[in-house]
Amino acid sequence: MSLEVQLRRELGAFTLDARFAAPGGVTALFGRSGAGKSTVLNAVAGLLRCAGRVTLDGRVLQEGRTFLAPHRRRIGYVFQDARLFPHLDVAANLDYGARFGQGGPAIPRARVIELLGLGPLLARRPGALSGGEAQRVALGRALLARPALLLMDEPLAALDAPRKAEILPYLEALKAEASLPILYVSHAMDEVARLADTLVLMNAGQVTRAGPLREVLADPAAVPLVGVRDAGAVLDGVITGQADGLAAIAVGPHVLHLPGVGAPVGARVRVRVLAQDVILAHTRPKELSALNILPARVRAVQLGDGPGAAVALDAGGMALLARITARSARAMDLAEGQEVWAVLKATSVAAMSIGT
Amino acid sequence: MMGLDAGAAEALRLSLWVASLATLLSLPLALGLAWLLARRDFPGKGLLNAAILLPLVLPPVVTGYLLLLAFGRTGPVGRTLEAAFGLVFAFNWTGAVLAAMVMGLPLMVRAMRLAFEATPPGLEEAAATLGAPSWAVFTTVTLPLIAPGVLAGTVLGFAKALGEFGATITFVAAIPGQTLTLPSAIYNALQVPGGEARAAALTLWAIAVAVAAVLISEWLARRMAR
Repeated sequence: MSLEVQLRRELGAFTLDARFAAPGGVTALFGRSGAGKSTVLNAVAGLLRCAGRVTLDGRVLQEGRTFLAPHRRRIGYVFQDARLFPHLDVAANLDYGARFGQGGPAIPRARVIELLGLGPLLARRPGALSGGEAQRVALGRALLARPALLLMDEPLAALDAPRKAEILPYLEALKAEASLPILYVSHAMDEVARLADTLVLMNAGQVTRAGPLREVLADPAAVPLVGVRDAGAVLDGVITGQADGLAAIAVGPHVLHLPGVGAPVGARVRVRVLAQDVILAHTRPKELSALNILPARVRAVQLGDGPGAAVALDAGGMALLARITARSARAMDLAEGQEVWAVLKATSVAAMSIGT
Repeated sequence: MMGLDAGAAEALRLSLWVASLATLLSLPLALGLAWLLARRDFPGKGLLNAAILLPLVLPPVVTGYLLLLAFGRTGPVGRTLEAAFGLVFAFNWTGAVLAAMVMGLPLMVRAMRLAFEATPPGLEEAAATLGAPSWAVFTTVTLPLIAPGVLAGTVLGFAKALGEFGATITFVAAIPGQTLTLPSAIYNALQVPGGEARAAALTLWAIAVAVAAVLISEWLARRMAR
């Protein structure tokens, strides 16, 4: 599947000029509030008219005078506020999705109900659902309409942390089970890092960077676009052991010891190491409380406008990103090709940042 | 009919017929206008809104007179309609229906417009993304959600049509069997010596019809809420 988007719209002082391609899997549109992410989603769904061209698997949704109505696009949409039909119970809301749906990969109704844990909710009215439950029903309803593409507009933004933690596994299960491409809007990097395969960064109506998630997040030049607090490489690993509440996770040739990873031995996990939680040293530090100390080679040093510097590292094929002060970078005389030691604080990886 | 002489019974039957027909004919019109006012922006929207609401604030006699000027046999609209369709409003029961429609419409449109405005367009968008074409979105999402407002507007419109007096008597007078509706009959009965019994019987019937309309609408509203 491939979604190709070229959209332009002027609205007062705000100009949207977005171009990107989503190759399949989960593509995250990431940016601050007001960056134009939801505008793009609404335009792709056909709910908002923008100038430009949108194609899905070569099928033209919009080009020149052609503008396919939303109900002809076969694009599912999970809104931030769920938008369940208040006059129908959960079962009827799900059936509404199935009623007009056509084409697209079909997941049987019973499987959708099982996958999203909707069984106990079927007889309830939307008004009697919690935010997390409502989002799960909205997701199920969208899936049963058999869309060719699923749009999700900050589906977790209205939820508190426990509810988010409740829903994320469902999204991961969905991602694993349905070969359904998803365009996911979020301003929370922890969600994005956990779910996305492709990352599209947006700022003030423009796409500032787009590419494979791991590549973009390991690029020091993208740090200012992602935001210094959210910057950090995403690694793929396999759990090899559990002891003292720490999981041993094999990432390439290395083993990281991280707390709060409940997955069983053998499970594949995604680990996010925040750039601000990586410390660099010239010699291997001794007698340090940090558990994860890896030899690495400096790939690039990117000085920002502020006091910070982003350092890209290659730790035996594993791409890491460190954010240190520009002063430290000068003091250590960091340059491309240099061998250093990277110290990862084991507590740096929150449970939320870990997924399959 | 119970307690009514032939003339009074005829007035009651005519009133029910006129009010029902006026309500039925106004319903789609009011629904369309309410939708237009709630969901669309267009030049002259304020003017249209004012025109619909005017009969609510004008003295009914003035509305009746304006109807006579426009829809009378020599009025511009009346003349055209008579020439084109043979439709005559002046001193005819059709004129009573027209007067009841004009007087009831603002109440119906207002109630339905509020119902449209209370229904988030986001739900209609959601239905469209699920593959529902516009007509299905309207019948399966919009209509069920605005139904209580439509019902309330319909009851108000019917009540207004049933009680309409000033505009009707000015526009089409009170001709027995044609335009002598229940309110006119009660008024006439009170103008003649010994007519009190007739007026009282008609009044009881007016109350009965009004109570029945309210009860039926309450029952329907409860059924919708389920």
